[in-house]
This record gives sequence, structure tokens and C-alpha cells, in this order.
Amino acid sequence: MSGIAPKRLPGRIILLLVFGFLYLPIAVLVMLSFNESGLPTSWSGFSTRWYAALMGNGEILHAAWNTLVVAIFATLVSTVLGTLLAIGMETRARKSNGLEALAFAPMVIPDIVLAVALLTFFSRLNITTGLHTIILSHVIFDLAFVCSVVRARLKHFDFSIVEASRDLGASGWTTFWRVTFPVLLPSIIAGALLAFTLSVDEFIIAFFTAGPGRSSITLPMQIYSMIRFGITPEVNALATIVMAVSATALLLSQWLNKEQIQ
Amino acid sequence: MAYQTTRPNMLAAPAVLWLLAFMVAPCLLVLSYAFFQRGTWGGIEYTFTLENFARVFDPLYARIFLNSARIALITTILAILIAYPAAYAISLAPRVRQPMLLFFAVLPFWSNYLIRTYAWIVLLNREGLLNGFLSYLGYQGEPLSLLYTEAAVITGLVYNYLPFVILAIYSTLSRLNPELMEASRDLGAGAFRTFWRVTLPLTLPGVAAGGVFVFVLSIGNFVTPALLGGGRFQMIGNLVYDQFLTANDWPFGAALGMVLIAIMVALLFLQARATSHASGERKGDEA
Repeated sequence: MSGIAPKRLPGRIILLLVFGFLYLPIAVLVMLSFNESGLPTSWSGFSTRWYAALMGNGEILHAAWNTLVVAIFATLVSTVLGTLLAIGMETRARKSNGLEALAFAPMVIPDIVLAVALLTFFSRLNITTGLHTIILSHVIFDLAFVCSVVRARLKHFDFSIVEASRDLGASGWTTFWRVTFPVLLPSIIAGALLAFTLSVDEFIIAFFTAGPGRSSITLPMQIYSMIRFGITPEVNALATIVMAVSATALLLSQWLNKEQIQ
Repeated sequence: MAYQTTRPNMLAAPAVLWLLAFMVAPCLLVLSYAFFQRGTWGGIEYTFTLENFARVFDPLYARIFLNSARIALITTILAILIAYPAAYAISLAPRVRQPMLLFFAVLPFWSNYLIRTYAWIVLLNREGLLNGFLSYLGYQGEPLSLLYTEAAVITGLVYNYLPFVILAIYSTLSRLNPELMEASRDLGAGAFRTFWRVTLPLTLPGVAAGGVFVFVLSIGNFVTPALLGGGRFQMIGNLVYDQFLTANDWPFGAALGMVLIAIMVALLFLQARATSHASGERKGDEA
């Protein structure tokens, strides 16, 4: 189609504008975090002093540790549950609408609703809130996302190799570990990385299920309380670190997903 | 499906039990709270009442509902208007580059919502970059109050949900059969007419999916109005938050939450109906 070429220009301008809109605010934030003066309007030289200030801040380190604990445990549990759910859903004889809705719901339910529902639930059952209740709650949406990533892989999965393995005498267990699992592994890791990112970044549900006091505060909660007092160079630095962690996990996740499809 | 594992239901069971215990049960519990009275000291009094739902329609709260719906609708329309050309431009890019373009369009969506909202505070505040830029251009007057306005809230919402709408629209665009557009051109329709009568109708399911998603997440949003609206713009999400954490009126908060869920379910249902209707029509055409 030779007529397309001159049409590329408007397309490029649109992409430039949209990507500018998406990335400029983030770029500004990252740049300011390295600004010596810490002021948004004047550049006084490159500096990492705001990062050094973070490292000396006990509250922030505590919050970072909590975030890591929550994200790691939530990721481990949700990866196992989500993967099993994905295999279960894709190998059913008939699609179950109830199951589809149940696996889809955590991805669309407004987080504020899930947050207050969990708060009500934990308080009604007199369950002490803390890091464990945040983990419990994060597994809900994490597992749904792991499930959807693994299912996408299963849709391209050639089930005849599983049949071949069974025909050749391997047990269901051996077949799973030697055939199905290695094929699914990249998508399982991709799902786990996505779950990890979502968990590191999640704010509202953690806020409602963390309980009172500062002991189980996570980084997003810490950032939220810092933002409410205004813009500080430390927040910019902290935000940059969190974004960098998310972006790395997501790039890895995407790379794994792409590798396996080729 | 030819292949079956030994027990699909058993594999799904742990996740299903988890979701039933920690998502479905809490939601049902909070639903039940909506039918009880608030106790004198903020607890729950187990007397049946419909008063909480009636209060949702009290002019004071109905106004907040309508205002949230209005903001969510403007956000949805703007997001679609920006996302459609972007998705279209991606679908016209060389095939090999499309996955990368799409990935970078969606990447911000998976990263920290709070930080992306905060970035707009940095841009919009009185000592912020936009005001600095204006004075650099020679603007002498008072710094503009860009933050804590409805426009700031809408900008923040559009910014945060735009990637998802691009993804939804692109996924329908990339599945279009180019021969349909060529046929339309061959039969004498202009580029605009072809877009309007062929491409757009066929991609409406993607527009609907993206739109419903943005609307639902915007109307229940709590972070963006709190940060970019400076607490001046009450939306339903903030109202729910207040009932649970400050006013201590859990039954009313529960009723508000349930209305949010009802809106979500209704919209998803309509979207599913519309999408299956559209694909049904296509099947009819082929026959």
C-alpha cells in the first residue's frame, strides 16, 4: 500500500504528543529529584543528596522494608494460586461463566469498595490488622492478574505434547513438572513480576487493611502522607526509586512474555 | 478441548476459595451492613432499614453523585478522544514496531498511581513548572491557580487511565481485516467516509470496553480528587472514605459502596450486551 507513506506524518505527530503527555510529567519528576536546590523552577546542578537523605530516614526505610515483605509474600502466594487457577480454567471441559466472572472481578472492582469491604470483614471477625492482612488482601487482585497472564500463554499451548507425554507413560505429576511447567515458566515469572509491581504500588487497600499506627505502613502510604504536606525533594527521589523498580519489573515481565511467544 | 487435566476444578479450588473468602464474603458483609442502622457511638445496630439507600438520593449526596458522574463522563470522553488517534497511529506504524509502541503506551498504567498523580502536583502548583514556564515567557501577573480545580482532577484522571483506553482500542483495531477498508475505498468511499462508516463502527467494542473501565474507575476514584482537587471536590470515592474513616457511619458508607458496585455491574452488563450484539450483527452479515 504505497498510499500510506504520506499519511505517516500525522500519525507520528499524534504519537509524539501522546507519548509526551504520558512521559513528560514523569520525566520532570525524575529530573527534579536530581536537582541540587530541590526547587522545581531553578536548576542548580546535578546532585544525589536527596537520595542520600532518604537513606538516612529511618521511617522511610521501615516503610520500604514493609513494602518488600508484603510484595514478596503476596507475589509468592498469588503466583501459585493464579497459575493453578489458569490451568484449571483452561483445561475445563466447558467454560464456566461463574468462574470467569470470579477471576475477572478483582481486576475491575473499584479499589475503594474492596478496601472498605475488607476493613469491615477484618473488624467484624476481630482479626488484628497488620502486614499479614495487607498480604491477604493483595493476593486477591495479584492472583487475578497472574491468572490472566498465564492463561494468555495457555491459549497458545499445544496440549498434544501433554497427551504425548501421558501416552508415553509419564504420570500426570511428571508430565506437569517435565512438560507443562517448563513451557509455562516464562509466563508464570512474567505474571509474578506483574503481581510484585502491583503490590509494591498499591495504596488504597493497604491503607485500609494496615490498621492504625505506623508499624505496618508501606511506601505508598508513606508517600501519600508526605505529599499531603507538600512537595519535597525527598518525595521526588523516593518516587523516582519506586518508579524505577516498577519499570524494571515490567520490562522484565514484558521481555519474558515476548520471548516465549516467538 | 481434547486435553483435560485430571481435575481442573481441584486446581482452581485454592484460588476460588481465596476469592470467595476474601473478596465475595467481605463484599456481601458490607452489603448487609448497608441495611442496618448506625449505632449511637458509630457502631452497627442490627435493625433493618432502607434509610441508608434513601440517603443516597438525599439532594446533598445526590449532587455529589451527579457531580462524580459528570466528572467521570468528561474524563471518559476526553480519554477516548485522545486514545483513539493514538491507537490508530500505533496500528498504522510498521508491524514490527507496534508491540514496542503499545508497551510504552501502557507501561505508565502499571506503575505507581499515586506517583503519577503527584507528578501533576509538581507541574500545576503555584510555584510549579507550568507557572515557572509562563513567567519565563514574560507573564507578569499572579501565578495561576491550576491545582485544586476540577480541570486538574479531570487531567489527572485522563492521564492515569489513558493507557488502558489506548490498549482496548488498539486491540480491536489490530484485529480488523484491512480488506474491509480497502473494499470500502474501492467502492468509492473517501478516507473519511470509510473511517466513519467502516472502521469506527467495527472498533466500537474496544471503545466501549475502554470507556466503561475509565468511567467506573473515575467515578469511584479517591486519590485523584483528594490530591489534585485538594479535598474541595467531593466524589463518591471520597464520600465512602469519609463514612468509614472520619464520620464513622459504616452503614451509609456501605450503601454508597454498593451503589458504586451496582453502577459498575450495570455498565459491564450493557457493554457485554452491546459487544455481543455487534459481533452477532457481523455474523449475520456473513451469513
